[in-house]
Amino acid sequence: MALLQISEPGMSAAPHQHKLAVGIDLGTTNSLVATVRSGLSSVLSDEHGHALLPSVVHYLKDGSVDVGFSAQKQQNLDPHNTILSVKRFMGRGLKDIDVSMSPYHFVETTSTEANKSTANQMVQIETRAGIKSPVEISSEILKTLKIRAEKSLGGELVGAVITVPAYFDDAQRQATKDAARLAGINVLRLLNEPTAAAVAYGLDNASEGVYVIYDLGGGTFDISILKLSKGVFEVLATNGDSALGGDDFDQRIFCWILESSKLSPRNAYDTRLLLSKAREAKEWLTEHAEANISCLLSDGEFVNLTLSTDQFITLTANLVQKTLSPTRKALRDAGLTIEEINGIVMVGGATRMPQIRKTVAEYFKQTPLTNLDPDKVVALGAAIQANVLAGNKSDADLLLLDVIPLSLGLETFGGLAEKVIHRNSTLPVARAQEFTTYKDGQTAMSIHVVQGERELVSDCRSLARFELRGIPPMVAGAARIRVTFTVDADGLLSVSARETSSNVEANITVKPSYGLSEDEITSMLKASFNSAEADKKARMLAEARVDAGAIIEAVRAALAADSALISEQEKLAIEAEIQRLSAIKETQDADEIHQAVEALNQATEAFAAARMDASISRAFAGKDLDSINL
Amino acid sequence: MTQGYFELFGLDSKFSIDLTTLESNFRKIQSESHPDRFVTANDAEKLKSMQLATLANEAYQTLKKPALRAEYLLKLQGIEAISETNTAMPMDFLMQQMEWREAIDDAKNANDIASLDALLAEMQQEGKVLNTALALFIDDHQDYEAATEATRKLIFIDKVSIDINKVIEQIEN
Repeated sequence: MALLQISEPGMSAAPHQHKLAVGIDLGTTNSLVATVRSGLSSVLSDEHGHALLPSVVHYLKDGSVDVGFSAQKQQNLDPHNTILSVKRFMGRGLKDIDVSMSPYHFVETTSTEANKSTANQMVQIETRAGIKSPVEISSEILKTLKIRAEKSLGGELVGAVITVPAYFDDAQRQATKDAARLAGINVLRLLNEPTAAAVAYGLDNASEGVYVIYDLGGGTFDISILKLSKGVFEVLATNGDSALGGDDFDQRIFCWILESSKLSPRNAYDTRLLLSKAREAKEWLTEHAEANISCLLSDGEFVNLTLSTDQFITLTANLVQKTLSPTRKALRDAGLTIEEINGIVMVGGATRMPQIRKTVAEYFKQTPLTNLDPDKVVALGAAIQANVLAGNKSDADLLLLDVIPLSLGLETFGGLAEKVIHRNSTLPVARAQEFTTYKDGQTAMSIHVVQGERELVSDCRSLARFELRGIPPMVAGAARIRVTFTVDADGLLSVSARETSSNVEANITVKPSYGLSEDEITSMLKASFNSAEADKKARMLAEARVDAGAIIEAVRAALAADSALISEQEKLAIEAEIQRLSAIKETQDADEIHQAVEALNQATEAFAAARMDASISRAFAGKDLDSINL
Repeated sequence: MTQGYFELFGLDSKFSIDLTTLESNFRKIQSESHPDRFVTANDAEKLKSMQLATLANEAYQTLKKPALRAEYLLKLQGIEAISETNTAMPMDFLMQQMEWREAIDDAKNANDIASLDALLAEMQQEGKVLNTALALFIDDHQDYEAATEATRKLIFIDKVSIDINKVIEQIEN
């Protein structure tokens, strides 16, 4: 465990079994799950051999839930209860969504005790199974993938790396992590999709240098610029548009059909039917000069049109151009010119469109790389990262240094946003900013956290509002309020505020609201775990014993190597805990074993810290880490 | 105050630093301390890893950029290069700045990206000159007064560059 990682980062000293970890690409249109087996990353297929799982959830009349191809078949027949592209609604409010283009009944989240403090209200969808949040709908997709993985790998997963668009903001990331939690998946890390693609691509090709990842998915566009060097993937800049993707190309064709056939606005059935016809036409045009669109609408009207490649290119030219603006911004942020780019990797099904490839090739003056399947490359990369994080990879030569895509800031006087952490800062990052009171005797201060690049708060995304109370009354400008932003390796934000003279403190983990309280999420989780309780107990005992054995071995190995770092007394204390755990390990009580493991962990904390310092000091012989103030 | 950015990367506290050493030592530290290496560790170690990785990022970003590096070196000498009580700038530099601002405005009104690119190149050139001067002031002569003025100029030049980029962005959209 911990100690092992210190002896050799990412590698355990004691031999142990391969841990089952997967990478999941939770896509707008399709989702995938992949894993590393015998050193190779591969996508796991369902029993029919399908690698892609359409990200479609159908709520059936009998109360059951269907996900994937069979759900997709229901999209035209039962449009209100068949949810497509739910990723577009993750962490989004009603005002963010073009409601007219979706057949769903959207409802705004009602304010509950649990969520009224948060600034964001996530949109929800009314189905026959009740009102569902995008988080719950996404969790159905994740559950399906989890079951697929456990069936095909023959065991329980220790965790998963789940990919998100690099340009996802904090609310969208939190929503994704909660969906995984609801599906009973332990999230090892949220990984940015272009970074995942770079891992899959870079490791395959042993590339070095600066690469651009152009990722146009079903509903999101990301551009990331990475520097690859000796297994370290350093993201230099990222940009994008979290509401631009292949779906928009379908929409353009859909609108063109309505105009060309002079159709009035359509009902949900027709909208869905025409959208799926539009999509078929788009895909057909990738390899053909023209596409025929014909279908019978619900009022008996017949549509029969031919769309040529040239027409399609004209219809979508501004969508293609729209991807270049974030591209230019990312290059500028990275301080690079197109001549300094070693290669461009194309990711996402939408990059199959010839006009996209042509535009990108012209812009970068080189042919983009397309040798990995653009649909699978993200999941493959996520699996590689999951394998490393789970501790399976013995040579820990892969390291991903990612960045925060959008600046984080606070509302200051006059509705202006003051940036505290700038976009493209390498994660993890923490930064504090001091503010003061503007009225004499002011005892509370309202803190409004926003994300975005614009100067006005009203143009940024509001992430959270909270209040710091109990500031001792002072004259205006005398109080010192220190607000600290911390963004972890998942790109998730937490904020704390403190009045430094009195030490009054407030903490908040920024969470969007889905109309689900924390209690409701917990009870939903419990319900799904209640089944197979007995099996679970046996498994927990077995796992606890394996854990206990592993940590005993690890601590012994650590003591053998580095006992000089601690006093004799500390060493004896640790040995006593080892003895105790060895005895308890043979009992039938998993909880007691866990407690004893925890006790051993605690007894070795100082030792672990000393070993970590020593290990880093060794990397910089002669430099003393203790001299650095953290 | 946080100290020891140079020590962290095994570098001497000087303005002239070997950027390759900085980068490779940054990567070495991250390879040891990044939270990805501690996914299965206990909370105390996770916290320590998070703190060290955060410090390494902050230190790296500070030392990588000349203006921030100079500002940091001055701070180690107890000098705040940019503060409310310390804003004096030589007249000729202020005049120069106004000329740049006017040139940006003119180019903006004329949607003239080429002129803006030329201005950017000029900023880069100015930056190079100031870098050479800073190495001389800080490393060779310990002339912190001259270094403070040069640092302030460098910070202004960085700001002007950012503004030029913003205008280019506006024109392009």
